[in-house]
Amino acid sequence: MPAGAVLEACGLGKSFQVGKRVVTALGGVDLQVRPGAVTGLIGPDGAGKTTFMRLAAGLLVPDAGSIHVLGLDSTHDALAVQAALGYMPQRFGLYEDLTVQENLDLYADLQGVPRAARGARYAELMHMTGLAAFTRRLAGRLSGGMKQKLGLACTLVRAPRLLLLDEPTVGVDPVSRRELWAIVDRLVQNEGMSVLLATAYLDEAERCAEVILLHDGRILDQGSPAAMSARMAGRTWAAAQRGTRQRELQAQLDGRPGIVDALVQGEHVRLITTAAAPPQGLAGEPDIVVRALPPRFEDAFVDLLRGGRDRQMHRVDMSGGTRDAGGDARDPVIRVAGAKRRFGDFWAVAGVDFEIRRGEVFGLLGANGAGKTTTFRMLCGLLPASAGHLDVAGVDLRRAASKARARIGYMSQKFSLYGNLSVAQNLDFFASAYGLDGPQRRQRIEWALAEFALGAAGDQLSGDLPLGYKQRLAMACALMHRPEILFLDEPTSGVDPIARREFWQRINALARQGVTVMVTTHFMEEAEYCDRLAIMAAGRILALDEPAALKAAARSAEQPEPTLEDAFIRLIEAAAVAEAA
Amino acid sequence: MSKANLKPPQVAAAGNKERGGAGMRLGGLLRKEFLQIVRDPSSIAIAFVMPIFLLVLFGYGVSLDADHVPVAVVAAAPSQDSADFLAVLQGSHYFAARPMASMPAAEQALRQGEVSGIVRLRSDFSRQMRQAGGAPIQVVVDGVDANTARLVEGYVDGAWSTWLAAQAARRGGTLQMPVDLQPRIWFNGELKSRNYLVPGLVAIIMTLIGALLTALVMAREWERGTMEALMVTPASMSEVLLGKLAAYFALGTGGMLLSVGLAAWLFDVPLRGSFWILWGCSSLFLLAALGMGLTISTLARSQFVAGQIAIIATFLPAFLLSGFIFDIGSMPPVVQFITHLVVARYFVAIVQTLFLAGNVWAVILPNALALAVMAAIFLGITWRKSRKRLD
Amino acid sequence: MFQRILALIRKEFLALLKDPKSRAVLIVPPLVQLLVFGYAATFDLKEVPYAVYNEDRGLASRDLLARFAGAPSFRQVAEIRAEEELAPLIDARKVLVAVHIGPRFSADLEAGRPAPLQVIIDGRNSNTAMVALNYVRSVVSRFNDDWVDRRGLDGPPARLETRAWFNPNLESRWFFIPGIVGMLTLVVTMLVTALTVAREREQGTFDQLLVTPLRPGEILIGKTVPGLVVGIVQATAILLVATLWFKVPFLGSLPAFYVGLVLFLLSGVGAGLLISSLSATQQQGLLGAFLFMVPAVILSGFATPIANMPHAVQVVTYIDPLRYFLVILRKVFLEGAGFAILVDQFWPMALIGAATLLLASWLFRHRMY
Repeated sequence: MPAGAVLEACGLGKSFQVGKRVVTALGGVDLQVRPGAVTGLIGPDGAGKTTFMRLAAGLLVPDAGSIHVLGLDSTHDALAVQAALGYMPQRFGLYEDLTVQENLDLYADLQGVPRAARGARYAELMHMTGLAAFTRRLAGRLSGGMKQKLGLACTLVRAPRLLLLDEPTVGVDPVSRRELWAIVDRLVQNEGMSVLLATAYLDEAERCAEVILLHDGRILDQGSPAAMSARMAGRTWAAAQRGTRQRELQAQLDGRPGIVDALVQGEHVRLITTAAAPPQGLAGEPDIVVRALPPRFEDAFVDLLRGGRDRQMHRVDMSGGTRDAGGDARDPVIRVAGAKRRFGDFWAVAGVDFEIRRGEVFGLLGANGAGKTTTFRMLCGLLPASAGHLDVAGVDLRRAASKARARIGYMSQKFSLYGNLSVAQNLDFFASAYGLDGPQRRQRIEWALAEFALGAAGDQLSGDLPLGYKQRLAMACALMHRPEILFLDEPTSGVDPIARREFWQRINALARQGVTVMVTTHFMEEAEYCDRLAIMAAGRILALDEPAALKAAARSAEQPEPTLEDAFIRLIEAAAVAEAA
Repeated sequence: MSKANLKPPQVAAAGNKERGGAGMRLGGLLRKEFLQIVRDPSSIAIAFVMPIFLLVLFGYGVSLDADHVPVAVVAAAPSQDSADFLAVLQGSHYFAARPMASMPAAEQALRQGEVSGIVRLRSDFSRQMRQAGGAPIQVVVDGVDANTARLVEGYVDGAWSTWLAAQAARRGGTLQMPVDLQPRIWFNGELKSRNYLVPGLVAIIMTLIGALLTALVMAREWERGTMEALMVTPASMSEVLLGKLAAYFALGTGGMLLSVGLAAWLFDVPLRGSFWILWGCSSLFLLAALGMGLTISTLARSQFVAGQIAIIATFLPAFLLSGFIFDIGSMPPVVQFITHLVVARYFVAIVQTLFLAGNVWAVILPNALALAVMAAIFLGITWRKSRKRLD
Repeated sequence: MFQRILALIRKEFLALLKDPKSRAVLIVPPLVQLLVFGYAATFDLKEVPYAVYNEDRGLASRDLLARFAGAPSFRQVAEIRAEEELAPLIDARKVLVAVHIGPRFSADLEAGRPAPLQVIIDGRNSNTAMVALNYVRSVVSRFNDDWVDRRGLDGPPARLETRAWFNPNLESRWFFIPGIVGMLTLVVTMLVTALTVAREREQGTFDQLLVTPLRPGEILIGKTVPGLVVGIVQATAILLVATLWFKVPFLGSLPAFYVGLVLFLLSGVGAGLLISSLSATQQQGLLGAFLFMVPAVILSGFATPIANMPHAVQVVTYIDPLRYFLVILRKVFLEGAGFAILVDQFWPMALIGAATLLLASWLFRHRMY
């Protein structure tokens, strides 16, 4: 092992039996993690990140190769390794029926922290995580972001020399995400801790001292994010066209020869070109303004995964994605007035009003626990409103005949599918449930298998699929009946950037055909795709406007060009201050 | 690599040198389990409410003692003799005699399930009594429920003997029976079925509770992801298991004391043996029952499958194969062999003996030993199968 | 609409039977359990172990003991010489019955005096004791009859002529096996239904169903049919084992049996779905299944007659569907009953089924969590 490495893997291999197939999670991985810094383990879904973490923690036995942590063999000295490192799994096992303090006590006992040392350590951890005011609250009552912070605190009760974090920020709102990163940075600076962090958020990768790019169980690249971004110099551009919506422009440009990637970003479309030259063939287009942009890590990542080539991709075919909805585009198809919902004596939604027009992409943003999901469930007719009026496609879904429900599609946070049915059986079932029969059903299933690239997986159990496939299948199921309105609840949570791009391509195509889309998300960059956004906190809507307007409102002397994330955080913080006052 | 190159981290508060040992870890795990039990009303309900509910329901509901059995009585031409006999029948609390006009009417009632038997005295009852061979008393029982049928037969037999003795006494003699059967029933003189059913029920209920308490706990830790977090702490799997076992053992002991108390006070079942021996055997039994639940939970890893196995493997086997209600000695050898796999079987034997007979070591020792072996097997399987590995 | 229901039913079957493990859970244990329980569940005693304490030297005592030795239901395991040897044998459950013949037994008999015969029985299990006592009584009364005949003595002025209808040899297995058919059918129904809705709720697929145009009634039919079909197949298999293997007579009308079965399955499926749709988690579903199943079995009259229960408990049994089905089973198997006699058992089950199914389907949309 080279001097100083806190973690070293040599020829590490691991495969699993999934159904009748053998899936190789890791195929010969060699890497070192340096001490006293944050190392990012980056890769698309199913790349083998979690398997690597578990091997390092001695929870799995490798098929080939070896892995050493802090000089100990993780396979043979598992107990010693586990005593030495801190590991926070993707879903950290907090005992939800214990309080914050009791969870801390449990892990302090398990880690053997001397009682005399606990008071100071607890105080420090609670201060760091901002949980000091909540020590007597049950962990189950914390918001998603607070849970993750408590999980981190539990992992840190005895300061480990190496900290493994497996996607600690999935499903966490931007405010909590910033706080989590602040904690990690402090640990590295003040306590000299070494951190290995797996993530699918590429903006987070940029905060790492070094990143390891994992793809299909192999290492694609390793180095500092800055060095990786630097390789992209001269290949990144911003394009804008007056009078054209960004997402329409993006749809036009994506897949053109010479363009590796096109992405809506703020007021322009971000392009990656195959060569260090401005994108070809845009000169003929009227009013397109192209300027160079400094490269960032995500560009390098996408470029690497796509092999630096343009895709000659198939155009997304959402034709027949919807019926001809008809009607005036200005008509509101969703109308919410004074909607409230109470659980016990807690108002999850304390009165919201908005209208969504036909063909609009409407985003619902908010911190964890702001009431987004409750609002969503009320709109889909899954939860009755305690007060107020909700109107979808002209009817109240809760009371509506099943006919009205045939006009909406719904995709839930968990990509709920029948795990023990195959892909084709799931499609067939939902097609029938929506009343499609005979040739119509066959045709839609064929369309779904082709359009969502599920054909090869048709016979697999949907429960065994990687997350990205599940997401595509869930979307296909929600679209079988060509709905006029599509409800998407955190549709990209935990999904890698490549899959997220494809997803938004499809949403754009649907919106162009007049499908109304309502979506919740934690990814601020995705919010840019929306026509309008509602930002929620504590069961109320703080702001409702177009992304550009929201950003404009957040403009200040310190932040002349705020991102949507800045705008969001500003709004949330202002609301918190107002409430405290 | 050389360790010298590893910069010792400036650990803020917790020193590495002084680190708490197994005692501290176990204490933490125990406290966690207790807190979870206290917070989760369903385990409290399983441990305390379920025994009360089931014991009261069954203690009152389950009885093999037929009382006031409806019996049709057909006496065509009443005479002094037949009236005497019927008076004996009617005087017995075992019967609720229903006079019927004709045999077809009585048969109809039997077929409809309105009566469980028919007693018929022919019109020439008195005359035939005085002839050689005596008068026939026709008794028809509904054989569908063979056990009740046999009880009715026995009761009629008893009434008949009483009547014969009275007849003989009236004539100034004693009854001419060559062999006079004098039964003596030990331990349960009145043959109250509740006296043996209630202690048996304690065993059945505790089997259910033991398995239900633990059948889901390991599976739950797997499904909620808490197992993975526990596994990367220095706590060994044995400590995790021990913590669970100890906590649920304490809870189960509470339920057990409650059940025994109810049996003794509410149902007046005499406890002739030593309470402390009962305590000791119950502890062994609880270990085995909890061990079975933990084994199911560990092997299944999913709550759905663990639940299905628990439904299949606990209730009916304990109910039918433990000797609680059906005599094991009368089963075919293969089935008798299978009953040895049923934990409740050993405890039923011990509880029935301790309650009704007393400290009979010849019964207690081998059964207690069997319980200890079962507990060791189940806990051994659980311990072996729960390694700190995810695959 | 028909299309949609068909798709639902197909999905439920796939979810139930696709996994070989859950297929095995549904098919193997009930059949194995019927075989094992069929042999286990009987009140008839075989080879009652008994001890002999004979203080008499006479011929009569030897004759009486020979009758015990010859009876198939008795097996002598000990012969004792002193009173004190008896207690340890009974305490340790080595013997169930002890026959004590006093020193003047033969002499008394020859002299025409009643000869006392002491029989000591272990009463720990009062039912076993009662049955054993009956066996002893029949051996003794046959001895008495023969003695009276041989000596030409006066018999008693009246004798009992006992006949048992429907089950002449009073084999209790005939009583219990139909009961086991009902019990196992209930258990299988619970396995199929009690966790389904709860599992779909936990996995989020239930929401997915509720946003489709499917009506609660259609979802209900989709969830009911598999339970019904599995129950019918299962019960038919069990029925075949009961009649072909255990030779329990089946005298009644087969259509009546199946009508009863379907009604019973509807009420069982209804109860299972009600439990399932009330539960937010599978754990609650499991607990609910036990809290329904255990009393349903114990209060059904399977082992202990309902007539022996106190009045208040008897009232409770009216909501137990198994109670009615057991009556149907026994009447159809052993008494050869047809529709007319069973009507009173049909309608309460239909009522329970309708009520629970309607409530369950109402809860699909109204139970929020």
